[in-house]
Amino acid sequence: MTAHLVILPIIIPLLGGLLMLLPPFAGPEKYQYRRVAAACLILAQLICSIVLMLSVITTGPTLYAVGDWQPPFGIILYADLLSVMLVVLAGFLGLGVTIYSFSGIDRDGKYFHPLIQFQLLGIYGAFLTNDLFNLFVFFEVLLIASYTLLMHGEGKQKTAANMHYVILNLIGSSLFLFVLGTLYGITGTLNIPDMAVKVAQLSPSNQLIAQAGGSLLLVVFGLKSAMLPLHFWLPRTYAAASAPVAALFAIMTKVGVYCIFRVYTVVFGEEAGALANMIQPWIWPLAILTLVLGTIGALASTNLRILIGNLVLVSVGTLLIAFALRTPEATAAGLFYLIHSTLITGALFLIADMLGQQRGKALDYFVIARKIKQQALLGILFVIAAMTVAGLPPFSGFLGKLVILQSATNTDERLWVWSIILLSSLATIIALSRAGTTLFWRYTKSNQASQAHDISKWKIGGAIVLLGASPVLSLFGASIVEYTNNAAAQLHDVPQLIELMNLKGDAQ
Amino acid sequence: METLYVICVGVLTSCGVYLCLRGRTFSVVVGLTMLSYAVNLFLFSSGRLNLKDAAILGMSDSYADPLPQALTLTAIVIGFAMIAFVVILSMRARADLGNDFVDGNEPPDTRKLIKPNRDKI
Repeated sequence: MTAHLVILPIIIPLLGGLLMLLPPFAGPEKYQYRRVAAACLILAQLICSIVLMLSVITTGPTLYAVGDWQPPFGIILYADLLSVMLVVLAGFLGLGVTIYSFSGIDRDGKYFHPLIQFQLLGIYGAFLTNDLFNLFVFFEVLLIASYTLLMHGEGKQKTAANMHYVILNLIGSSLFLFVLGTLYGITGTLNIPDMAVKVAQLSPSNQLIAQAGGSLLLVVFGLKSAMLPLHFWLPRTYAAASAPVAALFAIMTKVGVYCIFRVYTVVFGEEAGALANMIQPWIWPLAILTLVLGTIGALASTNLRILIGNLVLVSVGTLLIAFALRTPEATAAGLFYLIHSTLITGALFLIADMLGQQRGKALDYFVIARKIKQQALLGILFVIAAMTVAGLPPFSGFLGKLVILQSATNTDERLWVWSIILLSSLATIIALSRAGTTLFWRYTKSNQASQAHDISKWKIGGAIVLLGASPVLSLFGASIVEYTNNAAAQLHDVPQLIELMNLKGDAQ
Repeated sequence: METLYVICVGVLTSCGVYLCLRGRTFSVVVGLTMLSYAVNLFLFSSGRLNLKDAAILGMSDSYADPLPQALTLTAIVIGFAMIAFVVILSMRARADLGNDFVDGNEPPDTRKLIKPNRDKI
């Protein structure tokens, strides 16, 4: 059983999701059964991934050769500290989302829970796989689930947003295949560490082709992670999605960022000979501009969900800056910030939905509307979330930004990183306090507030699960930073990975 | 043969890109289909083009690389499902939004805006 632990996070949602399509769970009136099944499945995944995490901590990175085809030929699942951490994070986010959807949102469509499972399957797979074509397949799995989840619930704007999202991602998938063809054509392998070995030995004419392929790959991952010129789809799509779906999407951009970290550290990293750090000149301006544009978008937003969508952009920009610094310390800082920002943007989407529910037709637009009924409860949740996302102490956002600021070492980097991140934090505080003032304190004098329903316990529970992680992150800050330091060191130690895969023989 | 192959892939790709940039969903869907055809051909060629070699060891002196064939098959299946989805989605968008533009709203008729209305002068 322990030998197959690596593949369990992929198998459980796959079989569980399929099972939920079958008669005992199918049909609109069987929603209670599906809820129980979904809760069991998500808990099982979470337990499996935590056990996997513990085993990786004690015994080091684990390889799993699917079908026992050894590297570099077979598809390899590779669990190191980084990928396991992200699998646990995705599972935790899935738990919060599932709890939140029990309030009745899952009854808008009968395939909600199976689709959430398939989406999680794609996310886990993308984190665990160590084969580029397999990565493409898992991308498609998570994308097709996200296309359908985006349509969950009613509303014309969902169709319009989904149209853009689907077309963009289909073009992105075609580009991804072009990249795979190019890279396979000159390196003859799809295994990521094996490709790292081969890329370092290319002849100068082939290096040019590899460079073209690698740059195109940045476009693909940039589209997934909403990097600057490819970010226009994000705020509208996330604002259109129903709350639990938007919260789950909070980790989708992070999948793109993770792939940038993985591929451009291992394949085109320090060891890649002439192509070492080839995207470095591109990633700096793009990261800073993404951050700036996200901040401007946050200031200009007309409703809370678009504001949060822009905050997702801000977090992507910050993560790309952490990548651009190219030291293990910066990567570790970025990983800590990644955990924090995923959970907090997820929680914010849930809070925005609860606010909208109690404001009638005004939803979460920044206009004067009727008073929110449960003002104290939602106010406290919103204040904590806003302080966390803006990076005020004592919450995890402060710690996350602090470690990134600390990881910039030389003067030039400091000048850029400190000024941009601090100014963007200030602008975020302004945008959020303006939003909070309008949403909570400016209301009409009528007594209509009493008509709104109380918020379901499930919704509050789901939001608290995600929000509660933030104080925990800062309480155990030291040990988590130590963990991400180890994970980053493992990621940057490419020779060790190549040795583990037993590829040294090939290299000579 | 290589030249012909390259021209085919190039023409398909450029047609696909052109059609993807159009405003109506129908041409965009056709463009996406062409892109996926082009990419399948491209993937297939990444194992070098061979006319007479089998993809099985021991059948002939040299053998063709079987992996691109497997990759192409996977890509065809996935591409097929995605195109089917986008066709249904664009029909839904046509019904929901009342027009078949990708943006969801019809652009204003520029000719009417620019030309003065002669009846009124």
